[in-house]
Amino acid sequence: MSLSDKACVSGVGETVYTRKAEKSAFELQLEASLIAIRDAGLDPKEIDGVIPIGLVTGIAEDFIDNFGIPDLRFSALIPHGGASPAMALQCATLAIAGGVCKHVLIAFGRNVSAASAKAGARIHQMPQFHYVTEFELATGMAAPAQIYAPMARRHMELYGTTIEHFAEVSVAMREHALLNDNAIMKKPITFEDHHNSRMIADPFRLFDCSLESDGGAAVVVSAADRATDMPHRPVYISGVATGHPDSPASITQRPNIASLGLGKAAGRAFEMAGVTHDDIDVAEVYDCFTYAVIKQFEEMGFCAAGEGGPFVADGKLRPGGALPTNTHGGLLSQAHVWGLNHIVELVRQLRGDAGRAQVSHAEIGLVTGYGDMGDGGIAIMRRG
Amino acid sequence: MSELVAKPVPTPTAMSQPYWDGVANGQLRLQSCGACGAPRHYPRLLCDRCYSDEVKWVTASGKGKIHSWTVAHHPYHPAFVTEVPYTLVLVDLVEGPRAMGRWNGDSLKIGDEVQGKFVVREGGSDLIFSPTAD
Repeated sequence: MSLSDKACVSGVGETVYTRKAEKSAFELQLEASLIAIRDAGLDPKEIDGVIPIGLVTGIAEDFIDNFGIPDLRFSALIPHGGASPAMALQCATLAIAGGVCKHVLIAFGRNVSAASAKAGARIHQMPQFHYVTEFELATGMAAPAQIYAPMARRHMELYGTTIEHFAEVSVAMREHALLNDNAIMKKPITFEDHHNSRMIADPFRLFDCSLESDGGAAVVVSAADRATDMPHRPVYISGVATGHPDSPASITQRPNIASLGLGKAAGRAFEMAGVTHDDIDVAEVYDCFTYAVIKQFEEMGFCAAGEGGPFVADGKLRPGGALPTNTHGGLLSQAHVWGLNHIVELVRQLRGDAGRAQVSHAEIGLVTGYGDMGDGGIAIMRRG
Repeated sequence: MSELVAKPVPTPTAMSQPYWDGVANGQLRLQSCGACGAPRHYPRLLCDRCYSDEVKWVTASGKGKIHSWTVAHHPYHPAFVTEVPYTLVLVDLVEGPRAMGRWNGDSLKIGDEVQGKFVVREGGSDLIFSPTAD
């Protein structure tokens, strides 16, 4: 049985994104959930499946308690960082296609603006980084930027990728963010601004790094046979797949430190959806760092290995470009909610509800998730 | 001035204890499969070539080539505030596995031949790589 088009995204929701939220991560998760459930035309108690994103906010019991859900039939936790939302689309589709449940809520909330919550202060609490914590942290490898930076450096030395390529991604995301009222970053930037931003972990400058932000995002995935009852045009999940790199947890030991799980997953998703790269009208690509966008286009087969820099250099990712990418501004310029905002944005684009950021004639799009330095998820969606 | 924060202290497990015993003696120890001889790092239960759980520990030479590197400018952990900028290197050891350490040298590039050794500091040891002498 193929999972293609067995489920659709029926509702999406986001809180206001900020850098200093008053609410807790869990409260933000609930707020976004209610927006998404109402957007789907549902009552909270109709939710019969839940996949909370992240391991530190609400779990299934909390949603039962807060929403009065009488009969939750399915729940799961997916511990793969920024890959979790896209991977949750696969998990929700499986549960729905198997007849287990009808409406799965996928929800995330985040409040990391407190100093004690920043990446370097938390890495030892993250199970996926236990090798880093035991063998590398004390010598100074303390945060994702430092773990990713050698991947980017090697890409630059082996393939000639440049900081101009990184800057192009940074500027393109910012141009999209300026079209989004719910984006944290509000000012235009230039290549010069990128180059002049302070060095974080060479070759990454500040403008190569995603934001640390507070907020919540949620989507409801529903059985395709319920789509006609929904207030909005359904957006079908046509292809969805996940993958892991070799030696995923022991990052230093990967035979190829740059290879990603997305490379294993992408072909499966395209085959399931029955579409080719040329069919993709809009892309939402997990952008924890500028380099990660370049590398994922290679892994998905939009270009050959090593060609990701030249692939983005012509401006195709920008508003009005040949492949508008991260039309909400992404993690780099909208907000960092583990890429659940990328799924929300793709659904809005395919509904035709993306406001000033709307890509004309957007019928088929893709979204990626990327977490724990290499785990990958991808969903190809189409408008109903 | 921010208060000086101690560097994190690793917590060995039963599986990794022989590695840390090696560090205490200034040795870089790797697991070697007791059945097929394949080396592996960091410590894991099974050989990923033949799936045996037999382990021998071998001492690596510390020789290798630069696989990649970064210079840490922003101190993500408060213990490193006074040390930035510092350079971290990934090194392909001649024994096969890769090691992560600090760089003690001038400019570097992928493929450079290097030599690593543990250097004791307050509260622990760091694996420090330097250019191989001509």
